[in-house]
Amino acid sequence: MQQTFAIGIGGAAGQGVATPGDIFAKIFSRRGLHLNAYNAYQSIIRGGHTFLTIRTGPGKVTNMGDGTDLLIPLNQDSMDRHLKLLTAGAACIYNAETIKPATAAKGVQLCPLPVSELADITRNKVAQNTLAIGAGLHMMGIGFPALEEVLREQFKRKGEAVVAENVGVARAGYDFAAAHFMAFPNPLPKTENRYAILSGNVAMAMGGAAAGVKFYCAYPMSPSTGVLHWMAAHARKAGIMVRQVEDEIGVINMTIGAAHAGVRAMCATSGGGFALMSEGLGMSAMIETPVVVINCQRAGPSTGVPTKTEQGDLWQMLGAAFGDYPRVIAAPLDIGDCFKLIPEIFNVADRFQCPGLVLCDLLLSEGRLSVETKELDFNPTVDRGELITTKGAASVVATNGDYKRYKITESGISPRAIPGVPGHIHTVATDEHMEDGVLISDEFTNPVKRRAMMEKRMRKVAGIEAAVPPPALMGPRSADVTLIGWGSTKGVIEEACEILNNQGISANQLQIRWLVPLHGEAILEILKDSRRSIMVENNYSGQFARYLRSETSFVPDGHIRKYDGEPFMPHHIVEAVKEQLAGKTQLSVPMHEIMV
Amino acid sequence: MATRVQRASQLTMADMKGRVDPDWCPGCGDFGVLAAVQKALVELQIPTHNVVTISGIGCSSNFPGYMNTYGMHTLHGRALAVATGLKLANHALTVLVTGGDGDGFGIGGNHFVHSMRRNVDLLYVVMDNQIYGLTTGQTSPTSRVGMKTKSMPFGNIEAPINPISLALAAGATFVARGYSAEQKHLTELIKQGIEHPGFSFLDVFSPCVTYNHDNTYQWFRPRVKKLEEDSAYDSTNWLAAMEKSLLWGDEIPIGKFFVRTDVPTLHGAEPVLNDGPLVHHDLRVPLDAARSFVEELM
Repeated sequence: MQQTFAIGIGGAAGQGVATPGDIFAKIFSRRGLHLNAYNAYQSIIRGGHTFLTIRTGPGKVTNMGDGTDLLIPLNQDSMDRHLKLLTAGAACIYNAETIKPATAAKGVQLCPLPVSELADITRNKVAQNTLAIGAGLHMMGIGFPALEEVLREQFKRKGEAVVAENVGVARAGYDFAAAHFMAFPNPLPKTENRYAILSGNVAMAMGGAAAGVKFYCAYPMSPSTGVLHWMAAHARKAGIMVRQVEDEIGVINMTIGAAHAGVRAMCATSGGGFALMSEGLGMSAMIETPVVVINCQRAGPSTGVPTKTEQGDLWQMLGAAFGDYPRVIAAPLDIGDCFKLIPEIFNVADRFQCPGLVLCDLLLSEGRLSVETKELDFNPTVDRGELITTKGAASVVATNGDYKRYKITESGISPRAIPGVPGHIHTVATDEHMEDGVLISDEFTNPVKRRAMMEKRMRKVAGIEAAVPPPALMGPRSADVTLIGWGSTKGVIEEACEILNNQGISANQLQIRWLVPLHGEAILEILKDSRRSIMVENNYSGQFARYLRSETSFVPDGHIRKYDGEPFMPHHIVEAVKEQLAGKTQLSVPMHEIMV
Repeated sequence: MATRVQRASQLTMADMKGRVDPDWCPGCGDFGVLAAVQKALVELQIPTHNVVTISGIGCSSNFPGYMNTYGMHTLHGRALAVATGLKLANHALTVLVTGGDGDGFGIGGNHFVHSMRRNVDLLYVVMDNQIYGLTTGQTSPTSRVGMKTKSMPFGNIEAPINPISLALAAGATFVARGYSAEQKHLTELIKQGIEHPGFSFLDVFSPCVTYNHDNTYQWFRPRVKKLEEDSAYDSTNWLAAMEKSLLWGDEIPIGKFFVRTDVPTLHGAEPVLNDGPLVHHDLRVPLDAARSFVEELM
C-alpha cells in the first residue's frame, strides 16, 4: 500500500465524534484521496466510548490499518485509552483545559489547545472539536479553504451567523497550529480523482435499487438498520415500497408475498432476525419464489455484542430452514462489492427461483470506503429468468388447468407465472406438491412424485454452480504462505500479504465470495500448490475452515482467528503468520490492543 | 376493493371449483364457508385470475387448493404477512386470506393485530372452530374455559380471545361474524368484506364435527342472532360494536359489527403507488434519481 495517514477521534457517544469524522472524510475525498473509516462504538446513545478511525491515502485504502498518525481525544477517557498506543511521529491534539495528557512515547507530539482563549465556549459547545479539526488540517498540510467549503455546507441550513462562527473557530485552530505545532513531514497529496464515500449498508441498499428492488421491508436491528434508513429516505425517488413491520417473521413473509406478485423484493437483518426468518426461507425455496435476504453479522450468540463485528453466522446460514433445498449464499468482499453483489445475486435467485442470501458483517455494513463512481452502476445486467407476466413473456399455455407451475424440466426450472396473468391460475404450496401445484402431502401422498419433485428442485443446484464464478488466487502463483479468507477480510489480508512480501515472506491470498455453491474442485486446484495454507476468520471455531473441510476434505496448515468483536488489523495477521512459520503454533488468536 | 368484469353473469359456480375436492371431514363447517366464498365471487363477477386466495396451515388452510383462483398455501400463521406483501406489490389484485383460529389468533396473532392497524385492503376469513383439528384436537386460542382436549385433558384454564373485540381494538375497518350454516347471510358478509376498501375481518363459526363436541351446530343454532335483524343497531358506532362484541352465552350476535370507510388503505396511503401497481413499474431507477443518489456521497 502507498503512503497512508490515519486519524483517530475518540469520545463519548453524543459528544460529536461523527461530525469531525464526516468533515475530514469530505475533505479527503475532495482532494481525490481514498479513505477507509471504521467506527468502534457501543450500544449506548449517550456516554461510553466511541473511536472513529479514518485512514486516507492516494491509493486504495482497504482497511483501518495498524496505527494512528493523529489522535483527537474529545475527553479524558479517550486520551487515557489511546495516547499510549501512539508511536514516534504521531501527534495528539486535545483540549488543554479539560484533558490531561497521559505518558506518551518518545517522538509523539502533544498539541494542547487553549480552547477558551481561542473560542467562546459558552456559545459553542463543540468548539474544541472544530478547533481540533482546524489544527489537524494545518498539520496535514491542507489549505484552509477546503475546510471552509465543507463547514459552509454543513451549517448552511442554520444561517450565515452559525456558518461564520464555525468558520471563525476552525480558522483560530488552524492559525494556532501554524504558530505552535509541528506539521507532519509529508503533506497529504492531492489527485484529480473523485470518489463516493459510502457504507456497506448504503451500498447494499443502492445495489438493491440498481437491481430493480421494488419492495423492501425490515425490522430495525444493528448493524443492518442502515439499509432500511437509506431505503426509507430514498423510497419515493427510487420508486420502492419500503415498510418497517412488526418482526422479522413478518419481514420475510411480506418479502416473499411481494416477490410472488412479481417484483424484486429484498430484506436485511442481523443474526437474531435471520433466525426468525429461517422458516420463511424454506417457503421461498419450496414455492420457488425468489427473494434476497441480507444478514449483517454481529458478534453473537444471542444478543451478543450488537455493535461489534464477527463472521460467526456462516453455519447459521448454511443450516437455515429445515430440509434440503437449493439456494445461493455469497459474502461481499468489500464495500464496493456490497453494491455489485446485489444485482448479481438477484439474477441468480430469479433464474433459479430460489432464495439468495448475502452474508455481510458489521465491518462492511457500518464501515465506510471511497469507491469509484463507475463501480456504482445503476444499469446492471438484469435477468429475471423464465417469468410469465401480463406482458406475455415466456407464456406457453393459454387455458387454466394446462399450466403446470412446477413442470418437471431438465434444468429444474419451471416457467413462473405471476398472479393476475389470465390462463395460468394455480396454487403454490409449502406442502410438497405435484407439477400442477396440487398437494401430495395430505390425501395424495406418492413416493414417486415426491422423489421427482425433490429431484427437480435440486437439479437447479448444478445450474447455479455453473452460473457463479469460481474464486481466483490473488498474488504470486507460488508463495511461502497462502492466506485463505472469505467476505469482509479481503482488504486486511491483502495488506498483510503486502507487508509479508516486503519483509521477504512471499504470500498470496485466496478470498471466497460465493459460499454456496462452493467451487470445491477449483479451490483444491488452487490450494494444491500451496506450501503453507493459513485460514483467517473473524470467529471462534473456524466456521469456514470446517465448511471447506466438509465440502473438500481440505485441512489448512494453520488458523488465525479473532472473536473479540473488533476487526483484524494487518499486523495481527503478519505476526500470526510469522509465529506459525516459526513453528510456534497452528492456531493464532491475536490480541486487540485498542480498548474500544 | 374488487375489480369487476364488464360482462355480467359470465362466471358461474362451476368456474370457481379448484383442481381437487375438499378432503375435510363430512359435516365440517368449512364446506359452508367455501361455498359462500365461491358464491360471493360469482355474484361480484370478479375475474378469477385477478383473485389470490392465501392461507396458512391447518384444516381450513387447505382452502386455496379448492378454489379456482391464484392461490398461496403458505406457512402456519403467516398468511396475512404474505398477503400484505403481495397486495403492496400488486394492489390491483383482490386478496382473500383464509385460515383457522389457531393459525390466525395463536401463531399468527402478531400479524393479525398489525394487519388491522395498517388497514391492508383484503378480506380475512377465519374459520373459527375453537379447536386445533389437523393436529387431532388440542385447545385453541378461542377454546372456552373448561373445555377438555388432548392438550388440556383436565379442562382449559386459560381465557379465550374475543376475536371481534380484538379486531375492533386493533383498528379493523370492517368487522363481522358469520356462521357457516347461515349461507345467505355469510355470502352477503363476504361480498361486503371483499368490496370494503380496507381490512375486512370476518370471523366465521365453522364447527369441527370431529374434535369439538362443545361448540356444535346444535349448540350454535339457538344462540346465533343476526345483527341485521335489529333495525336500531348502527354498525358505524364503534362503541356499540364493542359492547355487542362482548355478548356471549344464550345470545351470540352474528353479522356486521362495525364498518368505517374514512381510513386510507395501506396501499392508498403510499405515494410510491400513485403510478399504479408496483409490479407494472419500470425496473430501472430513473437516471436522474440514480445520479442524485451517487452525488449525495461525494
